[in-house]
Amino acid sequence: MARKKERLSNEINAGSMADIAFLLLIFFLVTTTIDVDKGIPVKLPPWSEEEPDIQKLKDRNVFGVLVNAQNQLLVRKAPANIEDLRERTKEFISNPTMRSDLAEKPTAAIISLKNDRGTKYETYLRVYNELKAAYNELWDDECMKMYNIHYSEDLPIAYKKAIRKKIPFVISEAEPTSFGEEN
Amino acid sequence: MAKFQKKRGSAKPEISTASLPDIIFMLLFFFMVVTVLRNAELMVTVVVPKATELTKLERKSLVHYIYIGKPVKKYIRIYGTKPRIQLGDKFINEDHLGNELTLFIEKHKIKVDEAQHGLITSSLRVDGAVTMGIIQDVKTELRKAGQLKVNYSAQPRPK
Repeated sequence: MARKKERLSNEINAGSMADIAFLLLIFFLVTTTIDVDKGIPVKLPPWSEEEPDIQKLKDRNVFGVLVNAQNQLLVRKAPANIEDLRERTKEFISNPTMRSDLAEKPTAAIISLKNDRGTKYETYLRVYNELKAAYNELWDDECMKMYNIHYSEDLPIAYKKAIRKKIPFVISEAEPTSFGEEN
Repeated sequence: MAKFQKKRGSAKPEISTASLPDIIFMLLFFFMVVTVLRNAELMVTVVVPKATELTKLERKSLVHYIYIGKPVKKYIRIYGTKPRIQLGDKFINEDHLGNELTLFIEKHKIKVDEAQHGLITSSLRVDGAVTMGIIQDVKTELRKAGQLKVNYSAQPRPK
């Protein structure tokens, strides 16, 4: 009778497998950091020696936001709250009631942002965030009206271009004043 | 009645598995060398502000980092307590900001395909308590250097 071939029994010493697993784990723990990788994207205007000419624009089309070194807001030359900024910006750009002191049309609306060298970055970013949020909300409304879907960065470029053509993102940042203390 | 053959001890393994850990170590070293985790050591304290309108930074290879903040404790003796700029992994002299920044950007561009130079983004990781003066200087120099794509790093904030 043919003897059955001796069965191979796998004798892998599994003791070192655990060590290897721990090694890999510790390696990744040590070398990777919990990095913040999100942010607000901005396209800076190209550098030019001359100051941009804003005298040609009508007052009603310019939404001036000033932030001073005490981190206070001045919107259209009157003190304002940061909580109202988003709504006011939306109202200014879209001008639903066709007020004569707000933008003629969204394509003519310009937001002018000016801060002081002593303004805290946190405040500046908060203001910028509110302005960007206003635009995002307006784009979302427009997108719902035009295509019946929500606006997002993943939308096809053609859609985004069409919406941003109707409501262009125009934030003009002026040279900061230097009244406050820098740190 | 079937005879149950007693297992005569453990059979000899024909495949020597002694080299398995060696193979795994080789793989490990391979990954350690290939995946250079370019997370530069932060020499300044940066607590980014919170914001809601965030977009993810895609293609990490096309991003370089500019850190601005107060130096970390162990560097305060040498570099002082005023906020400083860290480009990549070292401090720079603020008097030569323009040149240093241009150099830094060029170094990054060398590693990137020519066609994608326009997609390079500068991620500004700035501490919330830093005042706008130094940031404005950095932005001006970025504009002069032609580096217009910028991303203000921020933490998510519940709306």
